[in-house]
Amino acid sequence: MLKGRIYRVSGPVVVAEDMRGVSVYEVVEVGNERLIGEVIGVEGDKAIIQVYEDTTGIQVGEPVYSTGYPLSAELGPGLIGSIFDGIQRPLTKLEELIGFFIKKGVKQPSLPRDKKWHFTPLVKQGDKVGPGDYLGYVQETEVVKHYIMVPHGVSGTIEWIASEGDYTVEEPVARISGREVTMLQKWPVRKPRPYREKLEPDKPLITGMRVVDFMFPLGIGGKAAIPGGFGTGKTVALQSFTKWSHAEITIYIGCGERGNEMADALHSFRKLIDPKTGKPMMERSVFIANTSNMPVAAREASVFLGVTIGEYFRDMGYNVLVVADSTSRWAEAMREISGRLEELPGEEGFPAYLGSRLASFYERSGYVKVYGNPERMGSLTIIGAVSPPGADFSEPVTQSTLRIVRALYALDVNLAYRRHYPAINWLTSYSLYIEKLREWWMQIDPEYPQLREFFSKTLQREAELEELVRLVGADALPVDDRLILEVARMIREDFLQQDALSLDDAYSPPYKDAWMAHAIKLFYDKAREAIDAGVPFEKIRELKVRERIARMKNIPSTTPREEMKKAFGELYNEIINEFNALIEEVKTRV
Amino acid sequence: MSSLLVRETHKLLRAQGSLLFVETIPGVKYGEIIEVELPSGEVKLGQVIDASKTMTVIQVFGGVSDVDLKRSKVRFRGETLKIPVSIDVLGRILDGLGRPIDKGPPIIPEEYRDINGEPLNPASRLPPSEFIETGISAIDGLFSIVRGQKLPIFSGSGLPHNRVAAQIVRQARVRGKEEKFAVVFAAIGVPYDDAMFFIDNFRKTGGLEHVVAVINTADAPVIERIATPRVALTIAEHLAWSHDMNVLVVMTDMTFYCEALRELSAAREEVPGRRGYPGYMYTDLATIYERAGKVAGRKGSVTQMPILTMPDDDITHPIPDLTGYITEGQIVFSRTMWLKGIYPPIDPLMSLSRLMKDGIGPGKTREDHHGVFMQLISSYAEGVRLRELSVIVGTESLTPRDRKYLEFADRFEREFINQGEYERRTIEETLDRAWNLLAILPEEELKKVKPEHIKKYHPKYKSLSS
Ligand SMILES: Nc1ncnc2c1ncn2[C@@H]1O[C@H](COP(=O)(O)OP(=O)(O)OP(=O)(O)O)[C@@H](O)[C@H]1O
Ligand SMILES: [Mg+2]
Repeated sequence: MLKGRIYRVSGPVVVAEDMRGVSVYEVVEVGNERLIGEVIGVEGDKAIIQVYEDTTGIQVGEPVYSTGYPLSAELGPGLIGSIFDGIQRPLTKLEELIGFFIKKGVKQPSLPRDKKWHFTPLVKQGDKVGPGDYLGYVQETEVVKHYIMVPHGVSGTIEWIASEGDYTVEEPVARISGREVTMLQKWPVRKPRPYREKLEPDKPLITGMRVVDFMFPLGIGGKAAIPGGFGTGKTVALQSFTKWSHAEITIYIGCGERGNEMADALHSFRKLIDPKTGKPMMERSVFIANTSNMPVAAREASVFLGVTIGEYFRDMGYNVLVVADSTSRWAEAMREISGRLEELPGEEGFPAYLGSRLASFYERSGYVKVYGNPERMGSLTIIGAVSPPGADFSEPVTQSTLRIVRALYALDVNLAYRRHYPAINWLTSYSLYIEKLREWWMQIDPEYPQLREFFSKTLQREAELEELVRLVGADALPVDDRLILEVARMIREDFLQQDALSLDDAYSPPYKDAWMAHAIKLFYDKAREAIDAGVPFEKIRELKVRERIARMKNIPSTTPREEMKKAFGELYNEIINEFNALIEEVKTRV
Repeated sequence: MSSLLVRETHKLLRAQGSLLFVETIPGVKYGEIIEVELPSGEVKLGQVIDASKTMTVIQVFGGVSDVDLKRSKVRFRGETLKIPVSIDVLGRILDGLGRPIDKGPPIIPEEYRDINGEPLNPASRLPPSEFIETGISAIDGLFSIVRGQKLPIFSGSGLPHNRVAAQIVRQARVRGKEEKFAVVFAAIGVPYDDAMFFIDNFRKTGGLEHVVAVINTADAPVIERIATPRVALTIAEHLAWSHDMNVLVVMTDMTFYCEALRELSAAREEVPGRRGYPGYMYTDLATIYERAGKVAGRKGSVTQMPILTMPDDDITHPIPDLTGYITEGQIVFSRTMWLKGIYPPIDPLMSLSRLMKDGIGPGKTREDHHGVFMQLISSYAEGVRLRELSVIVGTESLTPRDRKYLEFADRFEREFINQGEYERRTIEETLDRAWNLLAILPEEELKKVKPEHIKKYHPKYKSLSS
């Protein structure tokens, strides 16, 4: 262990001298308070350090200690249900120790050391094992079986395996060719955890949000961004993804955002019952909170910490969702550090490596075959919020992100002003996964491709007509176009709009999406038929069934599937009957 | 120990703008407060913003253009900026650094606190959920405030933000509760008259003993402006967390704060960000706004209502933009509304309260509140869209349905948003008023409200049942 001295302090950046031998990305302890920092550059005997805690009060000349380790995450039982700061300090534990303000220099292990976990072995003495193999498991919560895996870099013969019983994370549970293994593992956060093979996603990560699942589906293990101006719904969307998506483990990274939002998420995750497991959502979630008023440098680390924990659960064979709110704040942290280092600034002051750093985060997503026995797949899906200044998407963070992600959910200020939620713009958003997921959707509904096509064509046509409407008024348009406008409005209001606060509709299963889509398509088809039969358009507009369609989203998603099917069947009949009545009327008049 | 050492230097190397470069003395601390003593005996405060082995950079409050390098000296205080706090500050008027300026008796401190505060542990926070009734329909009905929230007013020059803020302070209450409350008012770079407007207002309504005013007027040193909101919040936190009080902090005008920050950054020769504002302005503002909240196990709370004027009424300007990215919503004033004679001139579409959902509903306001609010806003949005349309195509080409929407939008502005400066409406009055307006629209258009609420509150059915 090396010891140097502080040479210069400038905000979160500290320069230390007498540090020859220290390496980049090594963790150091700065000053008498031993604040945690990371070496981000070495010049001669000087080390440039970004400090993860407030540097106020630090003196030139105070000592700096190297640790020999890179910034690492602690992995093992105890992760689930926890809330950590950007450098994985356990925030609930800190509260017990020091009260409700976060003080610097306080050290606490990330995972509890005294807690005993019930370990059940899955191998026996004499077995040959390699990295990723299951050694055993701990039922960490009622819904998460936490597999204890052979660490990377370890392989050989099981000389000893602990018998079923209670152990702390530091007690050995196995000896593999002379090496003792505990349930606690460490992994450097900046280094991706390896896997055997990356696969193309062939199924979606169902999010429960119609505009995503039905219009712009996200592949499992995919990467997506959700940019939008303030108040357009990024956080609400990310929270509902973590609540309702079909992922088995969710990791919520609050990076440079609001404290009250984190509190809200924590409280609602403890309260809300996951429909898939019947248990509180907290029992499969991990939170990382480095709010906007917490030290800037730790924002940078928080994102990598979150994704490392995600990969760890992926390696067990789980489908993991990691959301980051907001990657812009993370990029700004990078900009601030870079500015202090007087690096050559790129666009809008962001460092030239902005793009590659963003990529090094998103590239850790994937649907993969992981290491170890039994053979298994795991996935890590990443969705990042982007907060462009002035809601202008031409800025560097949004643009760099767009070059990396494969699905874009573009939030639109004007939709948000009109309270069209989620304010995802259907014309500018896209998903490059659609082709790959078509097969999957066709198993839900064989007509999916036609329905989706119909929706997107109708909405596009509406946009084209808008200009004309502004000039001549809607009623001056040919009846075909008026029908398009009417149906487009139905698609927008009765299908795309989805209130995240509504208990009945916050989560919409894929079959409900499809049945709703059918109702609108049916309305359109019957309306065409009626128009051809000579029914005046006004009559169609006055149909009572329109209100029924408007309220179909409120059929609770918890309704048993067969019952829901029946409800939609009735709705279809009503649509058909009302139209047939209109057509009859015209016929008899003729 | 260190206090025994002489912690001062005469070796002033260079002065530039508000920066002073001095030789480093042993043990200089990053962020510590210094005193520059001029030959005249006058003392200026400053802060260490960069410390290295060879040189220390100090930012001096009030500027250093007049510093005589040879004959001045710098004394290091060894600590960051701290202010004395006490419950006795209630009823007092302080300057921007927290020193009494009202000729009252000295304040005996309970303790000294760093004006920068410490970040609240997110795991200790309680999600704010107590509805504050302001008596203003537009706010209570559409953008409800809850205790522990930070909800700014985005205004424009010449708009009545101070009057509205004063009305809120006058009328705000949490129903059914008699609890200790206080108002901390921070005037940041505003004209003296504006600051006095508030104080007179408090005096008139007899509420002065609940108020602390922290005043940095337009003619006070710019640098002091950086400290003013922090001083106000340090006092607020003390009252909330040590004295169980529910504190409302009104800060006006945050635009001047941001301009001071820009000036400071320019003086430090930092690479400017958007429109010259420093790249860290988001983080800097967050260290102010995030000091609102509620904490598990404590009775008190800090609620913030910052006021800012949008330069050129432009909401994408970095000041409102970054504020909106931090606060829990925004109440946006519109010049168009004001010119129509609407008070308070709130723009219903651009305004938003993000914590409203937890503060309203059965047991808090009324069961129909959420639905009514969503319905009002979306119907108004439709009305505004049609209004714009009808400018070109004329109202004749609109359908009867569309004309109802036009009528709704107009009357909504005149009868719901518009209200007297001294008029207080209960939340029930506000919601009933809303129903009377919604009754203009065809009933089948009311898709956002629950059918059972229509049956219960719609005037058509209400008059039948009563
Ligand atoms: N799907 C939704 N359903 C209902 N309300 C929504 C939805 N999406 C957004 N909202 C409303 O919009 C408000 C703002 O959303 P949110 O906090 O997610 O914005 P944001 O994009 O994260 O903003 P910022 O960048 O400032 O953090 C919410 O408080 C809520 O009132
Ligand atoms: Mg957000």
